[in-house]
Amino acid sequence: MLTLQCPYCGVWAEETELHAEGEAHLKRFGPDSSDEEFETYMFMRENPKGVHFERWRHSNGCGKFFHAARSTTTLEVFGTYSAQTYEPPQEIKDKISAKYPNWSWRDFS
Amino acid sequence: MSKAVSALNGASYDGFVRVSETGLRGMITLRGDLGSKKLAAAVKAATGAAMPKQRKITKGAKGLVAWMSPDELLLVVAYADAGEVVAALDAALSGEHALAVNVSDARAVFRLEGAGVRDVLAKTCPVDLAKDAFGAGDLRRTRLAQVPAAFWANEDDSFELVCFRSVAQYAFDVLKVSAQPSGEVNFL
Repeated sequence: MLTLQCPYCGVWAEETELHAEGEAHLKRFGPDSSDEEFETYMFMRENPKGVHFERWRHSNGCGKFFHAARSTTTLEVFGTYSAQTYEPPQEIKDKISAKYPNWSWRDFS
Repeated sequence: MSKAVSALNGASYDGFVRVSETGLRGMITLRGDLGSKKLAAAVKAATGAAMPKQRKITKGAKGLVAWMSPDELLLVVAYADAGEVVAALDAALSGEHALAVNVSDARAVFRLEGAGVRDVLAKTCPVDLAKDAFGAGDLRRTRLAQVPAAFWANEDDSFELVCFRSVAQYAFDVLKVSAQPSGEVNFL
């Protein structure tokens, strides 16, 4: 069972109070984009063994979307952070680097 | 106008904890910038209560103010006053990015009182309800079995729980089962 801290209301919420909302940091490509861009945005997802960034929603609580960084193999949670950002905060990246020095995920490392 | 009736018309159940539907309550959802002085003043005027801190509920002469999310409050007032309070908030917050809605008839409120009240909730919600973790004036939005709900603790260690009106019967049934005699846990 995952327990994540909602960065908006501070609650340590367990999985059933939350809703998984897929991958974090997706860049949306809208109506004027190329077919490849739209396909990538729509369908292409990371499925890593290890460090992963996800979007969650505190659906049975404050209702806000937030991001979480965790490992898919050990279920270790590196931290949660606001969804109003384009990349993970440095402190979370540092935490991951301490454990997995050569990690990379899409454009982040 | 037709006569307003609460979701379960004041139904109650006496287990090791008394579960009762409290009847009609005025409830207003207020969204806006909670740091705004104008909003704090409007809330104070409507309820007499100060702005609540994160996950807290404050009490005033005319009602309660609950912190629901970083940009949302729930004002609990007398049912008959809800319309006027919304009008007053609209007037006071003109020009601000804020929204007040009367949701009185969209909600159901339950009151839980008795020695094992924390057990009854802890059996149905994923929340730490130990006395030192959740005390009077604390509020939590969470999951009650399969539906979303919010509850807070009063000074006398009774709890009040708010859920959507559409799931009032379900919430009442869940609480009734949880409060059945011989279902005491005696842990919290």
